[in-house]
Amino acid sequence: MKSLSEIDTISKRSSRAAGYSWGIAEEVGKNIRLLEIFSLPGIKNLNDFLKKRKKLKLENISLITQVNETKDSEYCPIIAGANFLDQIRSMEDLSEINIRSMSFPLLFLPFVSRASEVIGKRIYLKIDEKEFLMNFNNNIYSNHFKNEIIKSSKNVYLKILNNCDSFEESEWKELYKLSEETFVEENERLKQSGAGAGLTDND
Amino acid sequence: MNVSLRDPNIVMKLSRLGSFHQSRLSFLRSFLKEFKDWEYKRDLFELNEHGYGTAVFSFKKKNRVYSLICFANELDEDERSDRVIATKWDTAFTLFDGAPTKLDIERLKNEVPKQEFGRLSYKELTLSRANKSVRVFNHVVESLSNGVQPDKELLAKVGYLYRTTAVYGSGKFGLADRFRIKNREEIYGPFRLEMMLVYLVRQFTFDQVNHVAKNKNPKKAVSLDPEICKSLGIGNSTGLGMAPFIVNHPTLLNNWIYAREFSLKKIREIKNAAMTESNLFKDCLKKSIKNITSWNTESEYQIKKIKSLLKDLNQFILFLDNEFDFNQEYPFNKLYDYLEKKYEEECVEYVVSMMMEPYDNIVAPLIKKMSSEEDKYFNIPTERTVFELKTILEGKYSEILKIDFKKKENNLNFWFISKNKEEPRLANRFDEKGSDLEQPLAIARDIKKLYEILSASKNSSSIAMFLSNNNDLRHVVRRAFIVEKFPYSEIQDNTIGKEIVPIDMLRLKLSFFGALKFDPRSDKWLRICMFQGAPLPGQLKNYDEHWVYN
Repeated sequence: MKSLSEIDTISKRSSRAAGYSWGIAEEVGKNIRLLEIFSLPGIKNLNDFLKKRKKLKLENISLITQVNETKDSEYCPIIAGANFLDQIRSMEDLSEINIRSMSFPLLFLPFVSRASEVIGKRIYLKIDEKEFLMNFNNNIYSNHFKNEIIKSSKNVYLKILNNCDSFEESEWKELYKLSEETFVEENERLKQSGAGAGLTDND
Repeated sequence: MNVSLRDPNIVMKLSRLGSFHQSRLSFLRSFLKEFKDWEYKRDLFELNEHGYGTAVFSFKKKNRVYSLICFANELDEDERSDRVIATKWDTAFTLFDGAPTKLDIERLKNEVPKQEFGRLSYKELTLSRANKSVRVFNHVVESLSNGVQPDKELLAKVGYLYRTTAVYGSGKFGLADRFRIKNREEIYGPFRLEMMLVYLVRQFTFDQVNHVAKNKNPKKAVSLDPEICKSLGIGNSTGLGMAPFIVNHPTLLNNWIYAREFSLKKIREIKNAAMTESNLFKDCLKKSIKNITSWNTESEYQIKKIKSLLKDLNQFILFLDNEFDFNQEYPFNKLYDYLEKKYEEECVEYVVSMMMEPYDNIVAPLIKKMSSEEDKYFNIPTERTVFELKTILEGKYSEILKIDFKKKENNLNFWFISKNKEEPRLANRFDEKGSDLEQPLAIARDIKKLYEILSASKNSSSIAMFLSNNNDLRHVVRRAFIVEKFPYSEIQDNTIGKEIVPIDMLRLKLSFFGALKFDPRSDKWLRICMFQGAPLPGQLKNYDEHWVYN
């Protein structure tokens, strides 16, 4: 079994060898390590992407907007990812983002996961029909478990989710009420010795 | 009195870093302190009459066990090489997490001797190999088997029976990643498991030499005198592999240097030094002179440094004995100021190390802070502005920004990874091929380039926008934001200039390891000795923490 340190180093070096700058290659190293930690096929996808990269018609995104469209090429997942991560704070208000046509989109995913941690919000990512929920870079929920290479996607859809409860207020109240059963009723004498007791609060 | 931390522009210069010496902060000393009450055991010792076979040594405390597994193999003389490109060694070692089963040992027997070409697993923590100093080993076997102790003078000259040529950890070749073990309190200090491996290897060398001598002449042989064992360490040949490490781990480098600088600051702020403290300082300093006079090297560069150090130290000791009064206020601060005024960097840093000896209360709490969670600082704060980044560069790299990289001598060399052994190397970019594959270790040059491009950019632009057009400088943008928080994270010198002495970078790291007697064999590699004078495993429970000077 390869260690995560080996995965990081080899991904970094191979990305540099394929023509990315050292700074970007460092990002790729960390990302592939992350994909492999989350049991997603990082090495498999990176290897295939770097092999085919020169033959692909790739376009770089500079500024990410609500809708990003290429003409007759595909977006590079690594440059798009780095810019997505870098620009995430300015994109928080764009609740939905579409990136039309991206090459090897699984390589874009770890940037999104890291962005989720940066802004402290969950991000929903849909690569065509494959759904992923990025939970603050702690874990990823998905309906896609195949150990396969995803060569291309027609649309990458992103939704930055507002922090909100996943339950009803009534459910919370019920649970709170139950939790109260761990409390003990205080008698008057004990109440008088609590913090702030016996003082005039208008002094 | 508040003494400021020393300026990174002074401390982080390569000539200063290359003048560092071991101290209480050094990893091999902090390792011994941490493991002194662990139970040491030799669990297996299956060597044939020539000393070839398998041995296991362990440290145990409660449910935690670390086991060194040793494989000693026969090696033809023409196969023995200390070069990193060697493929066979006298012995190969791995530190195993727990107590190995027979199956584990069988598996590792096939992998560990292959070193870089073998595959380890998450159960193994560190990996190493070592070669005999044949001259010394044979002499010791010969002497012991004849019932006499070996020639102490010869042993003192070399200092070890074996020397290692590499010690690997942290996920290399399939070894356990650091994240698997990082929460274990006993290994909070850096390189602790590497130190454990080397320490147990040292014991293996004594047991092996005794075993071979005994088999050679069972009736007459004697064991190596424990006092002689104590005087021997483990040699190490170290090349350029270590140099990029300190560039590639900026927050870790900061934490090492910060611990040293903070200790010095606190010691300089001591208003009144107790007599026991000043006496201990003077005692260690005087005794340590023997480590300098017994420092053997053929390197003219090092001989010059040793001569100057010895001259300065002797003068300084005379000053301490005859002129300096420790009863005055802030005595260590006064001593430090005096040192800076009168002596070379090598002497200043030597005495700084000595000043720490009486102050375990200051030094010990810092040791656990010398590791680093590097990933925490990996993301670039892209919401910051070009103006802010420019200000950081002006404040933190002021000396670097003065270097003119258009001049050939300032841009003479490049760092690369050799294809045959995947090891870092340094070469002249105008004479050798391969500079297009340069490693990102020319930080000064790239910082200067970053500054020039920032200067032509809009001050209010965010770093996110700046990077969208300048991702080729991303690696140095990341570093600049790291150095903002960690002042000692960057070497304040040109690592590709004509004047670079790469062994300065090696010495910095080796001084933190706790190495003694640096012996440069060129400007690109050196030999050192580790654990020379250290207590033996059986003596750990009650040992003198100042053993380095005994």
